[in-house]
Amino acid sequence: MSETTQIGSDALLARRSGARRERVRLIAMALGPVFGAIVLSGLVLLALGVDPIAYYGYVVDRGLINPYGLQATLTRMGPLLLIAAGLIVAFRAGIWNLGGDGQFLLSAVVVAALGPLMVPYFPVWMVLLIGLLVGAMVGAVWSLLPALLKAYQGVNEIITTLMMTFLGVSFANVLVKLFFRDPATTVPQTRTLVVADRLPRLFDTTVSSGLLIGLIAIVAVHLVMTRTAFGLKLRIVGANPRAAIHAGLNVPLLTLATFAISAALAGLAGAVEIMGVQGNVRADWNPAYSLTVVPLVFLARFNGFASIAFVFLFSVLSIGGESAARRTGVPNFFTLVVVAILLIMLGITEYLDQRRRAAGK
Amino acid sequence: MTQIHTSPPPHAEPRPIVSLDHVTKRFPGVVANERVSFDLWPGEVHVLLGENGAGKSTLVGMLSGLQLPDEGGVLIDEREVRIASPARALELGIGTVFQHSMLVPSLSVVDNMALGGKWWSQPDRDGVAARMAAVCADIGVTLDPHAKVGSLSLGEQQQVEIVRALMRGSRVLILDEATAMLTPKGAEDLGALMGRLTKLGIAVVFITHKLNEALAFGHRITVLRLGRKVGEIAPERLAALGPAAATAEIVRLMFGSDTAARAAVAEAPRRSRPAGPPLLEIAGLAVDDPAVPVAGIDLEVAPGEIVGLAGIDGNGQKQFAEALAGQRRLAAGTIRLGGEGIERLDVGGRRARGLRYVTDDRLGEGTVGAFPISLNLLLKQVGEAPFWRRGIEQPDAIAAHARRLVGEFDVRTPGIETAIGKLSGGNIQKALLARELSGAARAVIFAKPTYGLDVQNIRATRQRIREAAEQGLAVILISTDLEEVLELSDRVAVMSRGQIVGVVDNDADARNRVGELMSGVTA
Amino acid sequence: MSALFTQAFLTSLVLGALTAGIPLMLAGLGEQISEKAGVLNIGIEGMMLFGAYLGFLVAYSTGSVWLGFLGGGVGGMMVAAPMALFCIRMGLSQIVIGIALTLGAEGLTALLHHFQFAQSYPRLPAVETLAIPGLSSIPVIGPALFDRPPIVYLAVLAVAVTAYVFRRTQLGLALQAAGDKPAALDAAGVDVVRVRTVAVLTTGFLAGIGGAFMSQVGAGIFVPFMTNGAGFIGIVLAMQARGRPLWVLCGALLFGACLSATTALQVAGVSIPTDIIQMLPFAAVLTVLVLFGRRASLPPALGTHYVRGAR
Repeated sequence: MSETTQIGSDALLARRSGARRERVRLIAMALGPVFGAIVLSGLVLLALGVDPIAYYGYVVDRGLINPYGLQATLTRMGPLLLIAAGLIVAFRAGIWNLGGDGQFLLSAVVVAALGPLMVPYFPVWMVLLIGLLVGAMVGAVWSLLPALLKAYQGVNEIITTLMMTFLGVSFANVLVKLFFRDPATTVPQTRTLVVADRLPRLFDTTVSSGLLIGLIAIVAVHLVMTRTAFGLKLRIVGANPRAAIHAGLNVPLLTLATFAISAALAGLAGAVEIMGVQGNVRADWNPAYSLTVVPLVFLARFNGFASIAFVFLFSVLSIGGESAARRTGVPNFFTLVVVAILLIMLGITEYLDQRRRAAGK
Repeated sequence: MTQIHTSPPPHAEPRPIVSLDHVTKRFPGVVANERVSFDLWPGEVHVLLGENGAGKSTLVGMLSGLQLPDEGGVLIDEREVRIASPARALELGIGTVFQHSMLVPSLSVVDNMALGGKWWSQPDRDGVAARMAAVCADIGVTLDPHAKVGSLSLGEQQQVEIVRALMRGSRVLILDEATAMLTPKGAEDLGALMGRLTKLGIAVVFITHKLNEALAFGHRITVLRLGRKVGEIAPERLAALGPAAATAEIVRLMFGSDTAARAAVAEAPRRSRPAGPPLLEIAGLAVDDPAVPVAGIDLEVAPGEIVGLAGIDGNGQKQFAEALAGQRRLAAGTIRLGGEGIERLDVGGRRARGLRYVTDDRLGEGTVGAFPISLNLLLKQVGEAPFWRRGIEQPDAIAAHARRLVGEFDVRTPGIETAIGKLSGGNIQKALLARELSGAARAVIFAKPTYGLDVQNIRATRQRIREAAEQGLAVILISTDLEEVLELSDRVAVMSRGQIVGVVDNDADARNRVGELMSGVTA
Repeated sequence: MSALFTQAFLTSLVLGALTAGIPLMLAGLGEQISEKAGVLNIGIEGMMLFGAYLGFLVAYSTGSVWLGFLGGGVGGMMVAAPMALFCIRMGLSQIVIGIALTLGAEGLTALLHHFQFAQSYPRLPAVETLAIPGLSSIPVIGPALFDRPPIVYLAVLAVAVTAYVFRRTQLGLALQAAGDKPAALDAAGVDVVRVRTVAVLTTGFLAGIGGAFMSQVGAGIFVPFMTNGAGFIGIVLAMQARGRPLWVLCGALLFGACLSATTALQVAGVSIPTDIIQMLPFAAVLTVLVLFGRRASLPPALGTHYVRGAR
């Protein structure tokens, strides 16, 4: 693998070397693709007959400047940050957990079913706490099979986690339609957690405290991965599994731990989305957050703080894009195009940087 | 190709087949070859001799199409050519057998030979097998054309590659470190095969760093040192010099001055033979392994004793070392260190009791290349105080530890935060030695400790091994270099096919007896 | 229970398995070619989707089914080409670029569809079938298997062709070598980058036709995100088939039967949520993995970039 361009692999060195020039280079390498992507996406808009400047202006206005838009953006960030935190753990440990969507959705369904059932018997704070815990556990459980197969049989986790996502999405629908269905509604969906019983809002805004949970999680993950012995062990497994064995690390156990933490965070994201925003799960609902967060984590080079910035940018784009869809007639799918172009621009930047460094020395 | 010339007098033809004319090749930071000139004559084994890092591989790379020279030219039949790809090299009649097999393990021998034809054509398996049989008969080897390459021994794979090169009409055959993986018997066979090849009028380039092979198999010897050609001994001169004088001449060329050469191969003052009860006792050790199962290993090492473990690469040394260090599960057997059974402990537990393992795979498993030196020095102590407290990293303690070891072991590095993968092989080895020999070590396993190092670092490393023994450590020295084993060890154990086939005291007769044990002649 | 096995039920089950299975098979076959050559092609979902879109667009605007399928294949290759450029030539991460291309194809096709067809939702006429004389009159399976659009026969033929190429041609040897030991292929004078590029483009072509099959034959209409994971199922099929094209065909029909069983069951008057049936194939594959736990036999060089001279 050493010949493969490893996106995000030298982020750790940068922290330690601390050289300012290195930092400037990294920031340039993070922002370069962003500008490139905005320009290229603008060209796509132009080709579709939409005025890019007007469109971007509207997106920025509705996602960032407008108070309601900004609050929606910040609320959206909560679950995305949790997913990003889970992906950082997995990717730094060299595990391709692409099953986040299944872990997220199943946890959401279970929490949505459980929440309203608990409300009559427990105080709100306890309902929420149990909900978060259960969500994390459901997520972790849904990663158990790929984890065991990877740790003890060496079965490629990309395939198994993808399969578990398909299985999970169907299973979530089965649960909603057959077992957790709210008899009071005609559309198949779970009972609804009333607004009063949801995660509290921050101060006088409509921003869900899920944002806070997400921020705490991603900062904690960043610190654990960079400053603790446990994080270092995971990084050794990720960077060179054979060195991990040589150093006497229990690689299967660390692999299981990686899956559990990563999937638990995805599950937590599901719980936060339900108890903070949605209140219930409708049949066939699948926001597919995880697959869109993967590129953001890459752009941030597995750095927690940079991930916050990119998740924010993405949230602005998607909330603004949802509003813009109604006004400008450009559907929200445009956000996907922007992310894809962003990723490819990142790849090209990385490639050019590598060539430049190879030539410079 | 398959017709046999009747006893061509060597270098009867007036001109070389291939000439390198003052080629220079630079890589970032190093000049791998500097104005090297080199002629290949038909019917001649031309030995390219040099230490690791002398530029042999780069020179071969330019002949076989893997690299292009930055300056200078390549001439074939006195015409300038540009060998831009391995395909081009083949077209020009230059076939290469690389040190690492260039065969596809999952394909059969004929399919490997047929590889490279027009895409939609069917591989002509029968035709290839027939032509293969003809070439095999010419050069006196037997091969099953339908065997999967992955199931062949390394020696057989090498023969497949030689046959393939000849079938493609190669007039020049490059053998890159071809004997590195072979038994002494296998190396002799290869030498004989080279002799038969030259009788067919083929020019053979034989790359090696082993002097005795160069003299035994070569007609003409070129010596490279630090990227430069430092001398060439023509066939007439080689014959005139005789073995002893030729050896002296080559040693002088390879190592620079006579004094340095003597120092490199100098016999260390013999240490007094250690006595006393064994510190490390291994009994009945067995390891399950699909390639080389290891069984029935009994070995005792006294404090201060160096036991050399000689043998051809791939006879279970790696499996044995890993099982001893705790990286592999034992199928059976006991390991006692200072009387305490440690076979049930994991790597960390064994290390804590003083068992250390210096791996030969420095980049593959010994280090994490992208991580700083400071962390690599603590790779086997992650989470231990004082470097981590309650699981939290203590940067000051880690840095102090790294600075101390870097100083003590003379690791040349820009800083302790430099990624270890950016250091030279010698400095990475110093860092590994620092990690394994510091602290409360009691027994150390060295696996091929000088493999791939330059002369300076070989000397430094061997000195460290001696010092370790002098400090009372029990030392197991695994090496495929017989000279090294004989230079350092008190006793020599020989490993073959996963078993220790004999242990001999390192006395005057040791060389012969070890050689016999290695080639499977039971004395 | 006996009501289950009426002729109508069986015919509809076989028909459904075929209609849902053919795109999966084409995807799986394509993925297998990429994997054999050492490229883990995660972008195949995007290739299918773009093929579905372009195939529909071409078929709709020209009125020709065949041009539609060609358009689908070209559409798939249009997504495969950047993959070849970024991953094989430039050596970028195959997973990251694969995900990017899938997301991009999802977004772009949805966007284009919105601007072109969102108001009208045009449908294609049903694709004409070609009855194979004799075979098509076999009861139950005859009409379902041998009275199908010609592309179905071609798709099945593609399995045989692929098997032939793998086993009997130089290209097959080259693909195997590119995934097993690229350096050996290079040393034999074959350009690894070119072999892998051809593999990825072929994958795109096959996956694109698979996508076009979904929009032209399966649905008769293009809907955003309509492949719905079919490409990922193709990856699963390829991994399970361990390099054997015939296994891809069998696996694809099994998946297809599960995916379409609901319709058949409705014909038989049984109502089970689609979702339960859709879980079956994945559950089956995972069970196999757990029970036999064999390490999936993947080419050693899968996912790694080849650089000449680097060891």
